[in-house]
Amino acid sequence: MAEKKASVWTSISFWRRSAAWVTGFAVILLIFLTFDTMKQIRMGTDEELAKGIKRRIPAPTVVNYKIDYKYDEKRGLEAPVIGPEKQPLFGKELSPKEAAAMLHLGKLTVQAKNCMDCHTLLGNGAYYAPDLTKAWLDPMWEKTMPAMTGAKSKEEAMVKFLMHPEKYPTHARMMPNLGITEKEARGVVAFLKHMSSIDTNGYPRGFSKTAKEFETGGTYAK
Amino acid sequence: MLSSIKTNVIQDSPSKKLAMMYFRVALVLFGAQLLMGLIAGLQFLYPSFLYGIFDFSVSRMVHINALVVWMLYAMIGAVYLMLPDETGVRVPVAIGLGKLAFWVLTAAVTVVVLVYIFIQVGPGKESTIWFINEGREYLEAPRWADIGIVVVVLIFYANVFFTYLKGEKTGIMTVMVADLMALAGLYLAGMFFTDNISMDQYWWWWVIHLWVEATWEVFVGALAAYGLIRVINAKREIVEMWLWIEVLMLFGSGILGLGHHYFWIGTPEYWWEIGALFSALEPVPLVAMFVHVLYDWGKEQGHADAHGKGTAIANGPVMAWISINAFGNFLGAGIWGFFHTLPQVNIYTHGSQFTAAHGHLAFFGAYATILIGMMYLGIQDSYGIHRMKATFKSKMAMFLITFGVVGMTVALTIAGYEQVLVERAELGAGWQAYFTAQNLPWYIQAQIWREIMGVVTFVGFLYLVWDLLTIGKTAKAAEEA
Repeated sequence: MAEKKASVWTSISFWRRSAAWVTGFAVILLIFLTFDTMKQIRMGTDEELAKGIKRRIPAPTVVNYKIDYKYDEKRGLEAPVIGPEKQPLFGKELSPKEAAAMLHLGKLTVQAKNCMDCHTLLGNGAYYAPDLTKAWLDPMWEKTMPAMTGAKSKEEAMVKFLMHPEKYPTHARMMPNLGITEKEARGVVAFLKHMSSIDTNGYPRGFSKTAKEFETGGTYAK
Repeated sequence: MLSSIKTNVIQDSPSKKLAMMYFRVALVLFGAQLLMGLIAGLQFLYPSFLYGIFDFSVSRMVHINALVVWMLYAMIGAVYLMLPDETGVRVPVAIGLGKLAFWVLTAAVTVVVLVYIFIQVGPGKESTIWFINEGREYLEAPRWADIGIVVVVLIFYANVFFTYLKGEKTGIMTVMVADLMALAGLYLAGMFFTDNISMDQYWWWWVIHLWVEATWEVFVGALAAYGLIRVINAKREIVEMWLWIEVLMLFGSGILGLGHHYFWIGTPEYWWEIGALFSALEPVPLVAMFVHVLYDWGKEQGHADAHGKGTAIANGPVMAWISINAFGNFLGAGIWGFFHTLPQVNIYTHGSQFTAAHGHLAFFGAYATILIGMMYLGIQDSYGIHRMKATFKSKMAMFLITFGVVGMTVALTIAGYEQVLVERAELGAGWQAYFTAQNLPWYIQAQIWREIMGVVTFVGFLYLVWDLLTIGKTAKAAEEA
């Protein structure tokens, strides 16, 4: 083909150059979008939170606030609603430093215990156990689990369950005991509460509906 | 395959000998992957099976890690196999170092697997991330192993790169060398810790997606090109032109197709449109690859017929596996991927058995198939066989493995429908919603079929091993007789 230039469509060098240009263009666009996304998904600050400035990923001190997940008419999907009321984790308001330390321990524990190979986080992971994206807001933690574990609050119930899941089975498929300490469990609870405040563009869809059905005693409410 | 260490022809080609070493370990890990899959599948049906001893998280982790690692082994093997043929350089520049890297990598993989199996999890400290488990799906390997992998891969890459520079620079090898650099570099994106789960997932996908939906696909394109030249004597100019078109389409769609993983992880809404558009284009090159393989096959067979030469195929099993690859890649990665790639659908299907269905058929169709083909090609070279025909065992392996994986995929797709409609659409996710769907009879039935089809796949694997261990000797003896 090299000797006769019959058509550009059968020219190897044309396709080689096109492949290079297209790949280059795609890479540059990806890098450009990555810079923008990095700005948008950096963790917010405590000041932004106090002023009510919305960030896609709020500061760790979001655990001091009440978090909800509500249908947003304008966006046509559910979005997190943070505050303005406070609802401190374990009843104690945390400083930015304390909250960050707790979140750090929680994230480390989530990785060290390999949560992702049974559960999904933000929908990624394995499909053997429920998605944890909005686990903090799951109606099971409102009454059922505190009653089962004999805990006074949702946070305490979560800690007890995480430390000894084998003692509180809800279904035949049970979470194993992973040797999570009390401190680690509290970190995981902070991590879960923080994750529930992330703006996930409405995933999981219909989650707030479940919560409502659960309260009003819908078909599948337990 | 084992006796090829001692036999004849490839004594002359240290590169191909090293390739066979990689293939052997790949096959062992492939077996481990299937066994772990069977355990994990059984745990769906009997949750108390090995509960507290070898939990689902462990069997699943080893299942997917063995998958990735056996594929990387087979990929490295395939590169060492093609290196002397493509470059014309008989001995890679640093073959001794290449062998050392093989042993170091194999030792490291062994340690990592033993730690996964016996230690499993650690305390919530940095030391766990460094020495036990990084806890990020597919990239569970602890940090020390990450660094080790990078070093070993650099040695491998240097070997390939400098051999390439020394020898003939074919189009196939040029694509391979460029692609391997991207592939190796991307691994670095998965090697840091952050408290920000969205940031974590953003970079995690750079490794996972840009591997399996971009660089690995181009790798397969290069392997298929090499395979077609070797097996049906396809014309290099045609094959290489196709390869550049494939690179254009695969990278053109696959790189920004990354956006379809950024719909729901805290990243901005514009990824909906970018991800939808480019990932919807991802099946196009897979159609092209399919057409390309069948076209070349038909063309070369036509030539052979015209000259009264009988079959154009120099290696039956390789051609069959390349054809299964063409079809499986399009079906598994293309169709099953497209099923749930639009955000309008994905908001319901994200993180469900749908993903598992797609994953099974795509990894098999796009990668396992062609890498198995490369193993057969390696055996042909090991024994210096002129024309290698598929045996009964080769055919049983092809049929049972393909049937088994397609069966698992169909079963998981049905489970996925069930889960998506009941858990997501009807009940709106959540803990109770999840288990209500998991306990429905139709869902359980689908999981039973998945396990049965898993066993079928495993039997096919046994045939594959048996065939690989015997086909070379038999074919050589038949040819000499």
